[in-house]
Amino acid sequence: MTRPSLGALARQHPQLTAGLVVVFLVVAFGPVGSVFVDTDLSRVGSAAANTSPSAEHPLGTDAAGRDLLAVMVAGTPLTLRIGFIAGAVGLGIGTLLGFIAGFFGGWIDTLIRGAADVLMTIPGLLFLVVLATSLQATVTVNMMALVVASLAWMIPTRTIRSQVLSMREAGYVQVARLSGLGDLEIIARELLPNLLPYLAASFVSAVGAAVLASIGLEALGLGPQNEPTLGMTIYWALYYTSLLRGVWWWWAPPIIMIVLIFVGLFLVSMGLDRIANPRMWKTP
Amino acid sequence: MPADYLVRRFAVFLIIVWAGATINFFMPRLAPVNPIRERLLQAVSFGGAGKTDMEAVVATYEAKFGLDQPLWKQYLRYIGDVARLDFGVSIANFPSRASDIILRALPWTLGLLTMATLIAFAIGTLLGALLAWPKSPAVLHYLSAPLLALSAIPYYLLGLVLVFALGFTLRVFPLGGGFTLGTLPNPSVAFAIDVIYHSIVPALSIVLSSVGFWALSMRGMMVTVQGEDYVNYAEARGLKSRDVFLRYAVRNALLPQTTSLALAMGYVVSGAVLVEVVFAYPGVGTVLFRAIQTFDYFVIYGVVVMVILAIALATLILDIVYPLLDPRIAYKR
Repeated sequence: MTRPSLGALARQHPQLTAGLVVVFLVVAFGPVGSVFVDTDLSRVGSAAANTSPSAEHPLGTDAAGRDLLAVMVAGTPLTLRIGFIAGAVGLGIGTLLGFIAGFFGGWIDTLIRGAADVLMTIPGLLFLVVLATSLQATVTVNMMALVVASLAWMIPTRTIRSQVLSMREAGYVQVARLSGLGDLEIIARELLPNLLPYLAASFVSAVGAAVLASIGLEALGLGPQNEPTLGMTIYWALYYTSLLRGVWWWWAPPIIMIVLIFVGLFLVSMGLDRIANPRMWKTP
Repeated sequence: MPADYLVRRFAVFLIIVWAGATINFFMPRLAPVNPIRERLLQAVSFGGAGKTDMEAVVATYEAKFGLDQPLWKQYLRYIGDVARLDFGVSIANFPSRASDIILRALPWTLGLLTMATLIAFAIGTLLGALLAWPKSPAVLHYLSAPLLALSAIPYYLLGLVLVFALGFTLRVFPLGGGFTLGTLPNPSVAFAIDVIYHSIVPALSIVLSSVGFWALSMRGMMVTVQGEDYVNYAEARGLKSRDVFLRYAVRNALLPQTTSLALAMGYVVSGAVLVEVVFAYPGVGTVLFRAIQTFDYFVIYGVVVMVILAIALATLILDIVYPLLDPRIAYKR
């Protein structure tokens, strides 16, 4: 069997390919943009306030004198950073708890599952509101990521737990156990490799959920006040009633960027899901 | 309906509310300085006309959570207050009680959210069922891609775009609010029409961005059900395709869909809070937004507990109704 070419793979998984392309473009936007745009212009008062798009400021400026193209170039990587850190921490905690619950069962399983179920019922945004209002110090981008990560572990925990639960009784695990492998060896050698597609799909959803939560908090004014993240840009746009004044160049670019992030992540997770879970996707 | 099922479900309800209230109690106290006390002292130092009022609030507050009291006593007192829905007074609007402010806003949120969620659930479920049925028109398959893309967009961002398009540019719908400014809420037909008119765009943004979610999950359910023996048997018996679709496949796929409704509640509410902020809708979300901006802690914590209570209640009701719909569940675990 010959290895399929990259083009053939792309045709076979159109959603995954399209999603990866979109995500790549969004990730590259910051670093590439900063070569052409002076990100210092994203600071308050670095340009004349309230100007519409022009040659000098392609996306215009906001009420506080920030160049909005520079804001986008500086802010997109910050929002992505919050999403990636929170997604990774959430998935890490979730995988650990999911393995403990699924592999060992018993009272510890009941406890972990119960905690995850109860916390999932409660709208995460409200807890994050309480947490963020309680933090007196100025919030930084990394703090923001950790705040969001504190509620990003429940869904990975449940997914991984149910996967581990069904794999634990599978034939190859029994064989490994009979041949004298210890618990940790079974987890590392038999379970983890089989879970990789699920872990990848969970990571993508966790990043998406974290970006969603962080933008929600920021739109309520609970984000890093001095950083031009996408959510804070929307907050300032709402705060200065840009919508009612028709200042579309203020709120439209962050929305387009956020939509690109979500659509890209959504396509990637759908593509990964088709690989991890082919039966669901048989075309009827 | 067996009593022990009801008792167990009610226990879960209490645990959810208790866990929510407890986190709500301890989180602010993890911070090095008590933010509520700081905020109150700040309000006093800015003083002015409200100075004596604020001193009264500080006095009440200190007496209530007195620092001389041990933590467990404060906690027990707090749980008692939550049970009576007493969250203290608003700092920003001094004499009003936090619970009054929230209860006044609650019907707006419940109305908008229930209506929008039910419409989205119905349309999405129908669409998802049709997507999985081989006999449905091909047009639907082209419709599904943009709907799925819409489901990837948070409610409130879609709301912003819709306000701009329908409210600001075309001027066919209001820019926000729950009713025309200057009118007073009254039980007349004209006012009801005004309220509905104001709720169309906020509801539309919730419906458009959640239809795809329901469609996708219903489609998954349908694919599973269509592999079942009883569907094959029904087809083999030569039943009309439409009958197999409606009475064998859709009816059975509908039940797990109801469970997703219960699970999605938290997500739906989080999104709706922000929709209200975008539309300046007079619901709980806007109350929360104003409270955050004025650091009105008692109102913030009150909103959090009230919303958790509402969600836990809705989940409880769904859990009790669910076995009535699906005899297979039979009130087991």
